[in-house]
Amino acid sequence: MTQVTVKRLWKEFGAQVVLENVNLHIDDHEFVTIVGASGCGKTTFLRMLLGIESPSRGEFLIDGQALATEPGPDRGIVFQRYSLFPHLSVMQNLLLGLELQGSPLLGRLFGARRRRALDKARELLDAVGLPGSADKYPAQLSGGMQQRLSIAQSVICEPKILLLDEPFGALDPGITADMHTLILKLWNMNKMTIFMVTHDLKESFALGTRLLVFDKVRLDPQSPEAFGATITFDIPLKGQRSPAEKRTSP
Amino acid sequence: MRRLINQRPGRGGALMLSMLPFILVVCAYLYYSHARLLENPGDKLLPAPATIAATVHRYAFEEDERSGDRLLWTDTGASLERLLAALSISAVAGLSIGLAIGVLPYLRAAIAPFVAALSLIPPLAVLPILFIVVGLGEAAKITLIIVGVAPIIVRDLAMRTAELPNEQIIKAQTLGASTWQVVIRVVLPQMWPRLIDALRLCLGSAWLFLIAAEAIASTEGLGYRIFLVRRYLAMDVILPYVAWITLLAFTMDWLLRLLRSKAFAWAAPGA
Repeated sequence: MTQVTVKRLWKEFGAQVVLENVNLHIDDHEFVTIVGASGCGKTTFLRMLLGIESPSRGEFLIDGQALATEPGPDRGIVFQRYSLFPHLSVMQNLLLGLELQGSPLLGRLFGARRRRALDKARELLDAVGLPGSADKYPAQLSGGMQQRLSIAQSVICEPKILLLDEPFGALDPGITADMHTLILKLWNMNKMTIFMVTHDLKESFALGTRLLVFDKVRLDPQSPEAFGATITFDIPLKGQRSPAEKRTSP
Repeated sequence: MRRLINQRPGRGGALMLSMLPFILVVCAYLYYSHARLLENPGDKLLPAPATIAATVHRYAFEEDERSGDRLLWTDTGASLERLLAALSISAVAGLSIGLAIGVLPYLRAAIAPFVAALSLIPPLAVLPILFIVVGLGEAAKITLIIVGVAPIIVRDLAMRTAELPNEQIIKAQTLGASTWQVVIRVVLPQMWPRLIDALRLCLGSAWLFLIAAEAIASTEGLGYRIFLVRRYLAMDVILPYVAWITLLAFTMDWLLRLLRSKAFAWAAPGA
């Protein structure tokens, strides 16, 4: 069970107010899609969830606990670019999370534990549609394949929350449809909570169980930075939960 | 006719063009050497190829009557030993300190400005201090090269480390990496090829400091020999020694480039 609660959250950079008075409660296994105009603070919101930005006022709670002030293995992230490690092969990229968590000193696994990790990684590699690419380097993959790998790399650690920062923004429309199928499959498989920032309104309706729209409710034409954005629409959606679960979910 | 910027030589053409300046220099040398020797057979400035060949043979294959050494090889051995010792120490120091500065903000705040100041001290200006403090032996020469080269490698690697996309460092943390694990699994492996690049760029100045140190206080070494025979205007020794040093430096550069492309296939090729 993972519940995310946001209470009276404000974020300011100096005199510029980015977010004001954000209140939110997200239940377990929701697929939250976040849309809004450029510069409306949706990425800032995601960065605060990630732990690389801290709220100016208010609080972020995960299962009632204050959010850690640095990134951790309970919250996975997929950026639009640069989240793969160029010096590691596809398989090594995928294994990295298991190796880091299984071996504090060397960050590498050996023997039976390595074989178990490899089995898990191979399974996931097949699931995300990248079999046969295990020994390639990220630079040899297409943009879509890189994002598949980046998602798999996060999912293998079974994070409670997966954060997606416009993960498909740089991909061809044709590939995006495949990626949607993939992310829904992984979401239903791992029962995690997903927060996804996107520019694509259609995408946000198609994937989400909850759609958040960030916008400014107050605007001062003399000083546009005086007021921040907040959640102007919070729309529950049907979503695409797997059939078995639809009966039990509220 | 196509624009000049779009006209490219073929493989053979490129090779010929690259040889051309070398051939021109050799031809010019032969012409002026011949002309000067016609006028004055005792001329020492541009010795004839035969004289140079005889001298090289004497230095490389005959034992020196005073020391019993084959001078070219003892000089080469002594110089390379100093150079490699200094470059190894500089590489280890550069990698560890540079990486630590790049990764740890507190360390960056504490010592990055200090290293920057250190790297601006002209190394030759501290040579007398080195001679006074560590004596005239090998240590002074090796230290001079380190003083000249290590701060530059430190700064370069600190910058390369800081240049790594922040997304990578954040991603590693979400995969559970500690600071130590970020260093050994994410940063260090990506810094090896950068270290090789930094070493290649430093080779020139490393040789400069080596020859300067040898010229001032030494009893063997390539730089020592050149400055020794300068007194007798022995261009027949100096010219092949300079060519030999250039060849050694070129070979080291080539070996480093080879190592980079073979061992770090994932990295984009350097210059």
